[in-house]
Amino acid sequence: MSNKDNQPKTLWKCGKCNAELSPGTIVVKYLGNELRVEELKCPHCGLVLITEELALGKMYEVEQSLEDK
Amino acid sequence: MEQEELRRLESKCIQESPPACTAACPIHVDARKLMLAIQNEDWQGALAVLWQKQPFPRIISRICDHPCEEACRRGEVGDAVSSSALERYCVTKHTYKAPPARPAITKNQKVAIIGGGLRGLTAALDLGKKGYQVTIFEKEDRLGGKLWNYKQTLTPDVIEEDLKLLNRPNIEVRLNSQVAQEDLPLIREQFKSVFLALAFHGEAALALLGAGYSVDFRTCATSLEGVFASGYEGKPSPIQEVAEGRRAAVSIDRYLQGASLTASREWDGEYQTNLYVNLKGIEPQKAVAMANESAGYTQEEAVAEAKRCLNCQCLECVKACKFLEFYGKYPKKYLREIYNNDAIVKGTRYANKMINSCSLCGLCEEVCPHELNMGDVCLASREGMVRNNRMPPSAHDFALEDMAFSNSEEFTLTRHQPGWTQSKYVFFPGCQLSGSSPKHVEKVYNLLAEKLQGGVGLMLRCCGAPAKWAGEQEIYQKAQEALLEQWASLGKPQIIVACSSCFSMFKDHLPVLSLWEVLNATDIPLPVNPTPYKVAVQDACSTRHEGSIHQAVRELLNKLNCQVEELPYSKELTKCCGFGGLTAFANKALAKEIVASRSEESSLDYVAYCAMCRDRFAASGKRILHLLDLIFPAEDGVVGEKEDPATREDPGFSMRHENRRRLKKQLLRELWQEALDEEGGDQAIELIMSEEVRKKAEERLILTEDIQQVIQVAEESGRKFVNPENGHYLAHYRPSRVTYWVEYEVLEDGRYMVHNAYSHRMEVVEEVKS
Repeated sequence: MSNKDNQPKTLWKCGKCNAELSPGTIVVKYLGNELRVEELKCPHCGLVLITEELALGKMYEVEQSLEDK
Repeated sequence: MEQEELRRLESKCIQESPPACTAACPIHVDARKLMLAIQNEDWQGALAVLWQKQPFPRIISRICDHPCEEACRRGEVGDAVSSSALERYCVTKHTYKAPPARPAITKNQKVAIIGGGLRGLTAALDLGKKGYQVTIFEKEDRLGGKLWNYKQTLTPDVIEEDLKLLNRPNIEVRLNSQVAQEDLPLIREQFKSVFLALAFHGEAALALLGAGYSVDFRTCATSLEGVFASGYEGKPSPIQEVAEGRRAAVSIDRYLQGASLTASREWDGEYQTNLYVNLKGIEPQKAVAMANESAGYTQEEAVAEAKRCLNCQCLECVKACKFLEFYGKYPKKYLREIYNNDAIVKGTRYANKMINSCSLCGLCEEVCPHELNMGDVCLASREGMVRNNRMPPSAHDFALEDMAFSNSEEFTLTRHQPGWTQSKYVFFPGCQLSGSSPKHVEKVYNLLAEKLQGGVGLMLRCCGAPAKWAGEQEIYQKAQEALLEQWASLGKPQIIVACSSCFSMFKDHLPVLSLWEVLNATDIPLPVNPTPYKVAVQDACSTRHEGSIHQAVRELLNKLNCQVEELPYSKELTKCCGFGGLTAFANKALAKEIVASRSEESSLDYVAYCAMCRDRFAASGKRILHLLDLIFPAEDGVVGEKEDPATREDPGFSMRHENRRRLKKQLLRELWQEALDEEGGDQAIELIMSEEVRKKAEERLILTEDIQQVIQVAEESGRKFVNPENGHYLAHYRPSRVTYWVEYEVLEDGRYMVHNAYSHRMEVVEEVKS
């Protein structure tokens, strides 16, 4: 849903590990479909950041199109 | 939907039926399209309409006797549109640039046409275009017959120009060729088919066929194999001659191809259209006069005259319903889309959102001349989607969760009246009034308990309407079963409902009364307005057929000294507020348009008797009262600051939950002297939210309790992000099918300031390392 080139810089840090976030592959699932995407996450504990922009933008679009499949 | 059902429903939508003018034209010139082209000064478009149906447009447009004018619906409100003069204007003032002719097909079969008047010429041209080898036998030394008699209307150069259309290699013209009766056998031998293009029972026809011959008017067939003739017996009419030539050509073509002469010809020639056109409110208009009669219309006059065309359409439902208007089509098209959508096995179902956008309110059926109800179709389609596991979860999840909440311990309550062990009645306020205005529920209950004899029980829960509307038959069934069980536990009392949707869910199988009928029939104290208060009533769509409810509401308003000015769409024609059918969840933009346009129907304050109607109009900024706001006006608050009930805000989804919760607790405590356990958990999380954030969360269907839960989980687990610049936290939690994200700040006093909230349905699979 996002790729390395336009990976947004973020101010968010992991609150538990106090680590800077870095891009990593994650799996997202919806209605039986699985997608592998690159998102920012905590390199230590794996907590994944889904920003408002992503949730209401690209992610919403993909959800809607999968709902009509 | 089965195909047979699709056809049955499609046949009810007559929007695609031709307008009266086209149906009255024996060759079906699309006069409505012609008028549109003239209005747009699209002269090539206008001429193309004429060329499409008229075999010799320059001739026919000048001499046609125009039965369309007699049928023109504009004629019922003023003068009929002068299509005759307009056609003449088009062919005299503009020149058609015909598109290049398609390569001709050639057939070997030979056809003889006896008579070179309009009938014969039309048949010859039609059959020539189909590739037959055509020979015209004309007794005179030129084609055209009576056409030459028109003189002023039809000059020789025009006739000659149009007759050039017959210059085709497969059309032979034999002039000075009188055919006598004794020639006929030979001609029948030489030609596969013969058309005697001569007036029915005229001198020439009698000479050829003898007295007493007969012709089937519908097919032009005679008793002689392969011989066709005119059978038209009406008054002399050029356009009928053209139509007859065409009819004979169709028959000859079918005859030579071995096809049925009679099949599917019910739309041949003129007929009555079933297109419904509502003429109500159309101002009568006289025809545009010509400055110079002999010169015909000028361009300006022609355009003005064409603009009088009513552009006849039905669209009754589309005019009345924002949903049907929203997708830019009409039921016949929607039916096909729904049918196709239902049938898709693999691929994208583009019509899902459309199907989920209908309010199921039934107004379309009320205004449709053939009572087509698109709500029934949409609901059946939704039920199919649910059965096949194809309902988009985002469409109705929230509403179903809300219903589940209302049917959970948080809200449900079933009790006899305090001090009673039986109930003659039970008050069922419904989930929306309880969520919107719990104090009214309490007041109404107390009043009913005081005024009605025999015990008035109380049932708090949801009637199941959201599940019904969502197509969730199983959930609806279960909700109904639970409700029936509770109702039976009270001894099956008469149910008094405050909500129209509950009424519609119960009326077929339960003894149900509307609160408004009960209040109207009961002697209750009413706070009469000191001066008449003019209002408009927003009738609830789910009780559009309950005349006694409409009447009770108006009588109550009357007693309150309110003067009702009816909206253009009221009572059985009322419009939904956008909540019915769960439109507001499936298509927020449309639901907003629905309320906005309904609000514009009157500048008066509206009175609703459905809590959801009230709240939706209130959310849009329209001044609106619930009928209970008038019956139980709010007491003065701070001196001099009496609340204006017409501006009470929409409480929003979070507050509705809270109100239901509190109502149950309060009634239990105050009326039944029962106490519930004090709540802990999420409620301990105290939030501070700006109005802006609260509205944003509401718009995104994120409840306060969802936010509390996210914060609680994050604070317990420590799993959250932090912004070192401002100290804000960002955390998420997924209670079931939606992941909620909350950006918040921990205040010094231990409360939480919420800065943002959003959600997504997609699940992120985290490989959490602890």
